[in-house]
This record gives sequence, structure tokens and C-alpha cells, in this order.
Amino acid sequence: MHWWLPAKASTFTGPIDGLFLAILIITGIAFVLVEVGLIWFVVQYRERPGRKAFYTHGNTRAEVIWTAIPAVTMVALGLISNHYWVEIKGRHSIPANAYPIGIHAKQFEWQMTYPGADGKLGTGDDFTIRNQLHVPVGRPIVVQLSAEDVIHSFYVPQFRVRQDVVPGMDIKAWFQATVPGTYELGCSQLCGLGHYRMRAQVFVQTQEDYDAWMKQAAQEASQ
Amino acid sequence: MTSVAATAHGAQAHHDDRSFVRKYIFSTDHKIIGIQFLFVSLFFLLIGGLLAMQMRWQLGFPGKPMPGGGILPETMAPGGVILPEYYIQLVTMHGTFMVFFAIMPLLVGVYANFLIPLKIGTHDMAFPRINMWSFWSFFAAGLVMLSSLFVPDGAARAGWTMYAPLSARHDYSGASLGQELWSLSIILVGLSSILGSLNYITTIINNRAPGMTWFRLPLSVWSLFITAILGLLALPVLSGAAIMLLFDQIIGTHFFDPAAGGQALLWQHLFWFFGHPEVYILILPAMGMVSDIIANGSRKPIFGYHSMVFAIVAIAFLGWIVWGHHMFVSGMNPTLGSSFMVSTLIIAVPSAVKTFNWMGTMWRGNLRFHVPMLHAVAFVAMFVIGGLSGIFMAATPVDMFIHDTYFIVAHLHYVLFGGSLFALFGAITYWYPKMFGRMMSEPWGKVHFWLTFIFYNCTFFPMHITGMAGEMRRLYDPNQYAFLQPLQPIRTFISISAFLLFATQLIFFVNFWWSLWKGKKAPQNPWEDNGLEWSLPSPAPHGNWEKVPTVYRGPYEFSSPQVAEDYLPQSKKLPSDREPARAPVAGH
Amino acid sequence: MRKLGAVAATGAVLALALAAWTRPLPPAQGGGTVSGKVKFTGTKPAMPKIDMTEEPKCKAKYQGVPTDETVVVNANGTLADVFVYVKSGLPASYAAPAPTGPVTLDQDGCRYHPHVLGIQAGQTLAIKNSDGILHNIKAKAKANRPFNISQPTVMTSTKTFDKPEVMVALECNVHGWMHAWLGVLPHPFFGVSGADGSFTLKGLPPGTYTIEAWHEKYGTQTATVTVAGSETKTTDFSFAAK
Repeated sequence: MHWWLPAKASTFTGPIDGLFLAILIITGIAFVLVEVGLIWFVVQYRERPGRKAFYTHGNTRAEVIWTAIPAVTMVALGLISNHYWVEIKGRHSIPANAYPIGIHAKQFEWQMTYPGADGKLGTGDDFTIRNQLHVPVGRPIVVQLSAEDVIHSFYVPQFRVRQDVVPGMDIKAWFQATVPGTYELGCSQLCGLGHYRMRAQVFVQTQEDYDAWMKQAAQEASQ
Repeated sequence: MTSVAATAHGAQAHHDDRSFVRKYIFSTDHKIIGIQFLFVSLFFLLIGGLLAMQMRWQLGFPGKPMPGGGILPETMAPGGVILPEYYIQLVTMHGTFMVFFAIMPLLVGVYANFLIPLKIGTHDMAFPRINMWSFWSFFAAGLVMLSSLFVPDGAARAGWTMYAPLSARHDYSGASLGQELWSLSIILVGLSSILGSLNYITTIINNRAPGMTWFRLPLSVWSLFITAILGLLALPVLSGAAIMLLFDQIIGTHFFDPAAGGQALLWQHLFWFFGHPEVYILILPAMGMVSDIIANGSRKPIFGYHSMVFAIVAIAFLGWIVWGHHMFVSGMNPTLGSSFMVSTLIIAVPSAVKTFNWMGTMWRGNLRFHVPMLHAVAFVAMFVIGGLSGIFMAATPVDMFIHDTYFIVAHLHYVLFGGSLFALFGAITYWYPKMFGRMMSEPWGKVHFWLTFIFYNCTFFPMHITGMAGEMRRLYDPNQYAFLQPLQPIRTFISISAFLLFATQLIFFVNFWWSLWKGKKAPQNPWEDNGLEWSLPSPAPHGNWEKVPTVYRGPYEFSSPQVAEDYLPQSKKLPSDREPARAPVAGH
Repeated sequence: MRKLGAVAATGAVLALALAAWTRPLPPAQGGGTVSGKVKFTGTKPAMPKIDMTEEPKCKAKYQGVPTDETVVVNANGTLADVFVYVKSGLPASYAAPAPTGPVTLDQDGCRYHPHVLGIQAGQTLAIKNSDGILHNIKAKAKANRPFNISQPTVMTSTKTFDKPEVMVALECNVHGWMHAWLGVLPHPFFGVSGADGSFTLKGLPPGTYTIEAWHEKYGTQTATVTVAGSETKTTDFSFAAK
């Protein structure tokens, strides 16, 4: 049984999993402090005959400390997170040489358009197939997302990548797969009664395997 | 400053010859209105729970016929097997009923109405008739929403967040009248909230008893005051958006339909601009009441009262500028992702401050673990988990992974159930004597508390784990994904825990209803508390006081060296007390 | 004698008037027949293959790779899946009760069987899922109430259509290649051309009829036919490759 984050299969897993772990440690410390503290107080200060509570309205120094420490922690967390956010999703984050694949989402399937032999989308040798995303390993891929009808969401857990696909908008998202294998793409935004079945297979292949597949698939599509 | 309460002469305590209908049905008495909200909201809490039980059946035992499912029509569950389109109706209506018809009215409709005039020392609300309309529009909204479950093509099914264009077009969702009734009901809910807020704000500003300065108000009143301001400003945005959605659905506008020139993201911005202040509406009153109960249970003043007030104000203020954190991966400009992340991380700070202050209140106290105190301490323990899990989501890169997964579902249930609902169990028990003149059973209250606490954590904690593994929300059958199949044992465990959790609530419901007739008769001040309401008989009479009390001190003077008892009511005059600057109005 | 004759004559006149006035029900046997073939001229278009890799349960039901059913040209040069029906010509008072039995539409191998079908208004359509995996059936009706229902497992759902409509498009959105066409008529005089391209409309009351042939890609064609008694008239249609 899987108790942790999914297998790592893209370059995003480093920063995202690392950030997740860092936050887990910080919140874990806070969690232990509060819960153990509460249990301690519940036991130590329970009502006993003849005891009176300590009459105080507070302590300004304590207030300052327990306001400042969380505030500083949050600011630090924000700065680190923003650095990776800009890298992953920023307006200029998509690598210039990213390999383009068009993905059109509709109830309840994914239509992938491949650039064909010339490597460019929007040319005569493009072809479209359903529910199969083939990508070469070790190269940045940019998926150009469009939606036919309602909002869907492109999500591959092992790549940690997620991007809502919105009708009326052309959105680009990028990732770089690191481990060859077969993965699953799921729709991650409720899109109707078939939402739970709107999935595709993702094949991460070596460049040779990818080229061989591309040749065969292009041939089949032209028939 | 003349007291507006002087003009509310229709509500004097000594004069009550109203008919049964005017007394209990179309009542303008804030206490009766509060009780009306209580009965109706508890009914909707039950409905929300029943919807959840069906969801959990499908998730725990996918594709199997549900016990009792035979009563459902073929369009929902043929042979008792839940269909995908019915499942997403369950998801949608569970969220809708719980947020708008259970938690919000329980916190605000009940306690703002019941407590405010009592705790500030006045006879009734500033506008008693508008108050009555606030309840009846809520009741109408509830009937409309309930009816949507029974119409052809079924209920709304785009999630309680109702994203467009799925929600706007019948050919995308498969629902028709049900979606439209949802929109109409929400418009009425907004109206109810706005009418209520008008009363709460005006009454607190204008009708406080002599000596009840702003910084002598109990934190429950502060939180209800700030919540009312949030409601007044946020609910119109929701109602406006719901009107636009209804127009898209029935009169051919295209606000949210990109196929005809509209914008899908417009709905999200409008909804969440309301939606984020809404979640603070759903927690602040709970925090306020928990403060009152913890101070009482600890026999100590609240630690850092002024900080607590500033924290409430800070949370409310910051709550307006974080809505985009629901939309990090929505397709909105990523630069907004950065700005919303900053504001979201900052809003964690006042919540942390409050948590430490509650602990500071308990520190070196003389803790009494009556049933309300059990719930209030559990609130702190559970709310902390919900709040800390929120930090993961605030960090935008991490949110890219956990958005729309069960990690979010865990977070929202820890704050809304572990937080607000536990606080409500405590509050209902605490103010029950003042409402009904009887006590709820203490032993059964403790049994209910412990079983709820255990089954609640068994139900919702594992959702953090399935969320981390990548399990998406609102999936009829996660087993369609190979990577989610190994999690089925966890899903079944969660479902069984949920069934036990739901069954446990029977104890609370029986305790609540049975005690109305057979509970021990309540003394005037069973918890030995300081608030003004405890200076009245149990139950409090119509009009509250003949003569409005005078306030000499703050609400949390427990274990004061001035007196031998470990509590000191706000209106008790000691020889050393001076009269407040504002004299009581003559004949009042 | 004259009186008897007058009575008989009146009776006969009344009987004839009664016969003319009451509606002529479709005769249980007998009645006219219109039959024919739907020819196809020109080069048979190549139909794209359907890749069912995403649905192993369905892919396994085929030996080779299934092809798109939009244009099915038979070996003898005729066109299959053409919906042929009586568009007009029945008397205004004509009414046929909807049959009590259902018309079955089966989802098997991630395809609709049949691909084109007809049903009478008020008759039950039994939609069967023989595949046991999720199909949804979206009916994009215009005169009738549209619907979109799911069948996550082996099960049968029933629907009825109250108003005549030619044709209601049916589709599955989980398997985007699945399409079917349903013709809803107020009478039983319709048929679909089969593997030999032929169609037969039986039991027609005497009259002059407009017969329409509908194809999902090649559009419609009409012909006028007059039948009397129990004769058989032949009418052929011809669609050309585009």
C-alpha cells in the first residue's frame, strides 16, 4: 500500500517533493508543540479541590514572540515557494526548445495532436489520436491545452504537473519526464458524469522508441 | 448616544399576550428565531449526512448495491447501485447543504440571533421584523434546495462550487431544473444572510448596555460582529453571481459560456471572492464561542484578549485578498499566483496567534471538563491540523500537486467539522439551558464526544494520505486508475468509519430532543459563567430584561482576586465599582 | 318488396358511409409493400480504423481492427445503414398504437448495434450495455427531450420518445467513435437497408406516398410511390460518392 507521494518521474518532483517535505517538517513541529502541549495542560491543570487558576490577562512578550516566529517562517516559505513557482509556471518558464504536443480536452476524452516528422504543430503532417500521450524522455515537453466544452484539468501525478484546461483559453504547460515507463493522465476537474473515466495513458519513451512510434503512428493516421 | 433599544418598546419583558402563531411561528423574538434556525439547520445537517453516507457507500464498496438503495429511482440507483450522475449530485448537494444550510445557519443564524442581544444587554435586535424575514427567507431557500433533489433530470451536479460552463448549460451537465433551483435557492440564502447581518451589525453598534464598551464584549460577540460585516459584503457577490448563472441557464445570456463569448473564469473569480470570506464566516463565530467556553472551562481570563480581537479583525481583513489561492492552476495569470500565495501565507499568522492564546488560557488554569469544554479543546486540537494542512496548499508549487485531491477534502473537513462542528456541539450544549430551561445529559454528552472524536479522525485523517498519493476529488470510481487501486482498503476503512461516525450522531440527536422534555431543569447559571445572559432565568424570557443591566467589567473575570468565587459576572456590582459614564436611559 | 329494397339500399349506403368514416387500421395481413435497393455509385471511400487500445475489454472482442461505420458499402455495390421511411401520404386520421415490445439498442464491443434504427413514438427503447464498462448515452434530440445517462456496468435502461423526429443522434462520450442514429416515427413504416442494400416497407394502406431515404453522410433522397391492395412496388435509391 502506498503511503507517500507517487513515484518520481519528472524534473518537478525535486522541488515539489522537497518543498512538501520541508513544510511537513515545519508543520510537524508546530503540530507536536500544540498537541503535546494541549495534552500536557489537560493533565497538569485539571481541576483539583482547593486550587485556584492563575489570574492573568496575558503576556505581551509572549504575544510578540508567537506572532513573529510564524510570520518570519511564512515569509521565508513564501520566498522559497515563489522561486519554484516562477520556474515551473511563470510566464517565461517554458523552455525555448520544448517539444510541442496539442491536447484538446472534451467530455470525456483527451485528443492528442502530434507535430509529426517536422516537429512543428499546425503543419500538414500533424495527426491526432485519442487518449494516448507519447513523450520522449529527458526533453522539455510543452502541452498546448484547449477545451471543447467545459473545464477539464490535465494531471499526471508522477510528473506532479497539473493545469486546468479552460474553454475559450489556450493554455500552455510544460514538464520534462525523467523515467521511461507507462503512467496515467487523469482529468482533475469535475467535468460531468464521465469525469471519473476521462483518462489517458502516458508513454515515456527513449528518443529512438519515440521516433519509431511516431513514424508508425503517422503512417496509420494518414491511411 | 441614545439607545435605539428604547424605541423597541414592543419587546418589554413584563408584557407578553401574543398568540401561539406570533409567539412561536412568525415570531420577532430573537431567541425564538435563533431556535427556529437551530431546528431547521439540524434537519439539514442530517440531510447532508445522509447524502455523504451514500457517497461513502459507493467509495467504500464500489458498484455494489446499497442497503436500502431499492427506494431510489432507476435514474439514480438502478437495483441500488449508485450511478455516476447520481454520485456527482450527492457530492454537490452534500457540500451545498452542509455549507449553506447547516454550518452557516448554525453558527450565524442560531448564535448571532440568540446570543447578541443577551450578551450585550438589550431587549431584542434593532430590527425584529427584518430578523423574522431573515429566518423565513432561509426556510424558503431550504425548501427550494430540497425540492431540487426530486425534479426531473435530478439535482445540480457541478460540485458545491458550481463551476461554469458545466453548471450553466444543460447539454453539458445533463441536469436542467435542478441546476436552476440551486441558483434560485442561493439567491434566497444570500438575502437571508444580508438581512441578518444588517441586524447584527446595527444592534451591536447601537444597543449595548451601559458599561458594555467595545473591549468588554465577549469574543463570541466580536466574532459574530466581524462575521456579520463579512456576510454583508460577501453574500451580495454570491447572489449576484447566482443571478448571472440563473440568467445563463434560463434566459439565454452567456456570461459564463465561452462558446458564446462569455468567460469561464469569471464564475470562479466571483464565486471565490465570496467563497473565501465565506469560509471565515464558517469559522470565526466558532472561534469566538470556543473562546468563551475555554475561559469558562479553565476558570481563567482569556489570555491576550486584545490580541484575540485584533486577530479576528486581521483574519477578516486578509480574508478578502486571498481568494485566488483556490485558482492557482485555473489558468489565471501565474503572477497572481505569487501575490495570492503571499497573502495566504500571512493569514496563517493570526490563526496561529489565536491557537497559542487558547493554550495560554488553559495554562495554569483549573480545568473543568464539562461537555462544552471537551468540544472546545477538541476544536483547538483539530483546527490546528486543518490550519497546518492549509500551509501545504498555500505554497503554490505544492498546490499544483495537491489541488483537487483528497488532501483538500481532508483540510476542509478538519476546519469545518473538526473545527466548526465540534465548536457547535459545544455551543449547543452550553447555551441549551438558556434556550430551553433544561440541561442536556452530561454522561451521554461525553459518550457522544469521545465516539465522535475517534470516528471523526478515523474518517478524515486518512484522506491526507490518499490525497498525497494523488487521489482526485469527486471521482465516482477511483479504481479506474491503476495508481489509485491500491488505496481501496483505505477508502473502505474511511467509509466504515464514516458510517460509525454518522450512527454516533444519533446519540446527540436523541440527547437533544429527549432533554427538551425530560432533561434536568436548568439553574440560572449552570456553568458559573460571567456573561450577561447568565443573569437571566433559564430559559430567558421574552424581552430579556425588564431593566437593562449595567456592565462593570470584561467577560472573562474568572478566579479574580476581588471575590472568593472563581467567577465574577459582568453585571455584578462590587462596592469598589463605579457607575459607567453612560447612564441607563430612564424607564428602560 | 319496394320497402325492403329501400331499407336495404339505405342500409348499404349507411354501411358504406360508416366504412368511409371509420379509420382504416393497418391490415394485420395484406396491405401494400414498397421495397427496393439503395445503390452506391462511385469509389468506395476508405473508412478510418478505430483504435480501441484505451478499452482493452472492447478491443479483445475483435479479430482485426474495427473501422468507422459512417459509410458502409456492401460487396454488391449497395449502401447499408440507410434509413428508409414513409415521410408523407398516410391519411390524416391514421394512427397506429405503439407496439408494446421494445426496440433494443445494444452496446457491444464499444459499438452500437444497430448503427441506424427506427422506433415508433411512444415505443420503449431498451438500451443495453453488454460490455460491462462505462458507456454514457447522450441523445441529442431536438423535438424530443434530450438526455444523457450513464451505464457503468452490464445493465439495461429504458427510454421513450413521444414526438416524431428524424433523426435523433446518439453518442457515447467516453468512447468518442460511438455513434448511432434513431428515427422516431408515428407509424411502423420504416426500415434500414441491410448487408444486401435492400429495404422493405410492409402493410401499407392504399395510397400515394413520399418515401425518404436518409444517410448520415450523403443526405436524403425522396421518391413517390402509389400502392393499392396488396401489391408490391419497387423503388430504388442511389447515392453517389462525394
